[in-house]
Amino acid sequence: MAINEQVLRDIIESVLKEMSDTPDSGAASNAVATSAAAQADSVKLTPIGDAQAGTAADEVLIGLAPAFADSQIDTIINIPHDKVLKEIIAGIEEEGLKARVIKVYRSSDVAVCGHDAADLSGSGVAIGLQSKGTCLIHQKDLPQLSNLELFSQAPLIDLDTYRAIGKNAAKYAKGESPTPVPVRNDQMARPAYQARAALLHIKETQHVEKGKKPVEMKVSFQ
Amino acid sequence: MRSKRFEALAARPVKKDGFVKEWPEVGLIAMNNPGDPAPSIKVENGVIVELDGRSRDEFDMLDTFIANYGIRTEKAEEYMALDSLEIARKLCDINVPRAEVVDITTSITPAKLTEVLGKMTVLEMMMAQTKMRSRLMPSNQCHVTNVKDNMVQIAADAAEAAIRGFDEMETTVGVARYAPFNALAIMIGSNVGRPGILTQCAVEEATELDLGMRGYTAYAETISVYGTEDVFMDGDDTPWSKAFLASCYASRGLKMRFTSGTGAEVQMGYAEGKSMLYLEARCLYVTKGAGVQGSQNGSVSCVGVPAGVPGGIRAILAENLMAACLDLECASSNDQTFTHSDLRRVARSLMQMVPGTDYICSGYSSTPNYDNMFAGSNWDAEDFDDWNVIQRDLKIDGGLQPVDEETVVTARAKAARTMQVLFKELGLTEITDEEVEAATYANGSQDMPDRDVVADLKAADELLKRGATAVDFIKALERGGMRDVAQSVFNIQLQKCAGDYLHTASLLSENWEVISAVNYMNDYTGPQTGYIISDERWKEIQDIPWADDPETI
Repeated sequence: MAINEQVLRDIIESVLKEMSDTPDSGAASNAVATSAAAQADSVKLTPIGDAQAGTAADEVLIGLAPAFADSQIDTIINIPHDKVLKEIIAGIEEEGLKARVIKVYRSSDVAVCGHDAADLSGSGVAIGLQSKGTCLIHQKDLPQLSNLELFSQAPLIDLDTYRAIGKNAAKYAKGESPTPVPVRNDQMARPAYQARAALLHIKETQHVEKGKKPVEMKVSFQ
Repeated sequence: MRSKRFEALAARPVKKDGFVKEWPEVGLIAMNNPGDPAPSIKVENGVIVELDGRSRDEFDMLDTFIANYGIRTEKAEEYMALDSLEIARKLCDINVPRAEVVDITTSITPAKLTEVLGKMTVLEMMMAQTKMRSRLMPSNQCHVTNVKDNMVQIAADAAEAAIRGFDEMETTVGVARYAPFNALAIMIGSNVGRPGILTQCAVEEATELDLGMRGYTAYAETISVYGTEDVFMDGDDTPWSKAFLASCYASRGLKMRFTSGTGAEVQMGYAEGKSMLYLEARCLYVTKGAGVQGSQNGSVSCVGVPAGVPGGIRAILAENLMAACLDLECASSNDQTFTHSDLRRVARSLMQMVPGTDYICSGYSSTPNYDNMFAGSNWDAEDFDDWNVIQRDLKIDGGLQPVDEETVVTARAKAARTMQVLFKELGLTEITDEEVEAATYANGSQDMPDRDVVADLKAADELLKRGATAVDFIKALERGGMRDVAQSVFNIQLQKCAGDYLHTASLLSENWEVISAVNYMNDYTGPQTGYIISDERWKEIQDIPWADDPETI
């Protein structure tokens, strides 16, 4: 990788600073900045068979892209996947709902991951999550290329945002109309990250298995 | 110990940019990929039965579309037999006229054209670009947007941008439901600045077409095509569906171009191990095959990908040149941020500024970048004087000129006032005197008061629901005493009936003359031919108000 770690750290810090300047962000987690060394083994995904359509109205599905917590272990700004997953699940549970995790194999597209999961979700609501951190909230009766909320700039998503995304997904599942999680915009995210994003996405796409059904995953944190 | 020199270098803006090494097997390579197909063609009874190493039964949908519609077959086998190096030499040879080259380049295959450009240096490609640009004179396009979707500011900024020299203008939205107001504002404001500006509003495809049909816009360009089947299908599209959309625009007399660019396919993870330039060639042949007059290309929003690999900026020049080789209008990007380095910003743009393209930027942010809703442009409002000085330094025409403050302020005030009158006459939300004043003097939306967004959106919805079209705007402007602006909006609609501006690379003069590659063909054949900056234009370019005048010192 040609990205200098110090530079990366500076960017993350400036992004975090920007975030803490905006009201409502709470205590911006400094977990992000200190996570350069990701812990690969702290979340374990165990396949437990083909994912089934749920009937429980109180569940939110999380549809992971093929490489998540497997051949890739952290997001584009090096947030470890276990922390990301933990925050999203915590956000869902905070609203009194249950999270169910599946792995999507037929595509690495975040919309497909989210929409396939939404189709299997008892509440009809799901979160699609790519290994590089891009994610969205989807609902089964929406067209695949639409969504409830989209977080397209992965370098700008921190752990608090992942938690808020989990919370909002749960609120949609309960039939509420939550205020969308604030989306940040940074015109310099492209120069800093786009080439790297392509690299990560190519690597994720190499794990796509066309025609393979989504697999339900047992999640254990260590 | 750390070297202080290396510490200083590490702190430079360019070190914040992302770079990656080539990975040809997955297509993370700008051009000259050994994995690109070897050029080939076989024509039987006027039908292409083999294209770049694949026989018809092996064609994917892009191959089929390109073979059926994208290549002139009469002399295809003859020209495919030419050595690629010979075609490359013809491209940059001033003694070979454009028409002769176009006859060849529109008869060869995507892989062949990719191979031809792969033999050229950037300097040779710039020479070729000078000759191959379709319209005689270059031009420029800008973005006019702001984070608040404030339509009064859009109108004022558009008026200023017109005075500064942009011939085409593009807006978009933060909140989708603002689209009718933003489209209206950029059309009104720009034509206050100078009659005859073409405007568009980049939104979801169906809405964009609808706005055009109602007369809120004069052209469209955000109709994307891709170089592999998988990426096309990710967008729920095929070359045929895009061609159908193109014909919808044509049927209403609306100018349009397709958009594509290097890096899109590899960014989506489906580059099939081909170079970015080869896949862009396929996009351009689809564009040509769809009968579309032009292309916005030059990587566009994927620019961080080619810019991150070796030779990526060369590939961007090559793809612009490729559009010209296919006799298409080329709006050559130079729009999106791709670097933290001011040096790289300029070096990248010189590739198009020096030879000139049909629209050098597509577009230049006419607001400060914080207001640019296309995620930031390579050039913004605060670079206006730099652009003007670069034109003056090099004696090139990048489409802009220095302006004086009083003219700009007057035009901004009139544009904002026109919006106030128009909104009142149409019974829309109120535009206050305070807003008109703020828009007159604003640099960006931070200088604008907030509007009642809920009321605006309701009024915008209602405007569409009641079926308001350009005819209603013309009548309202006339009633409000803005006859000259009403006349301009009327003239734009008239153009759609006449259809002359559907020709390649069109723009409208302030006297409503269509200037296109048909009546102003590029006839460059070396020094003192083609587009020559007139004495009058040179005076405009060089006249920066802050230069010392020898007579007064």
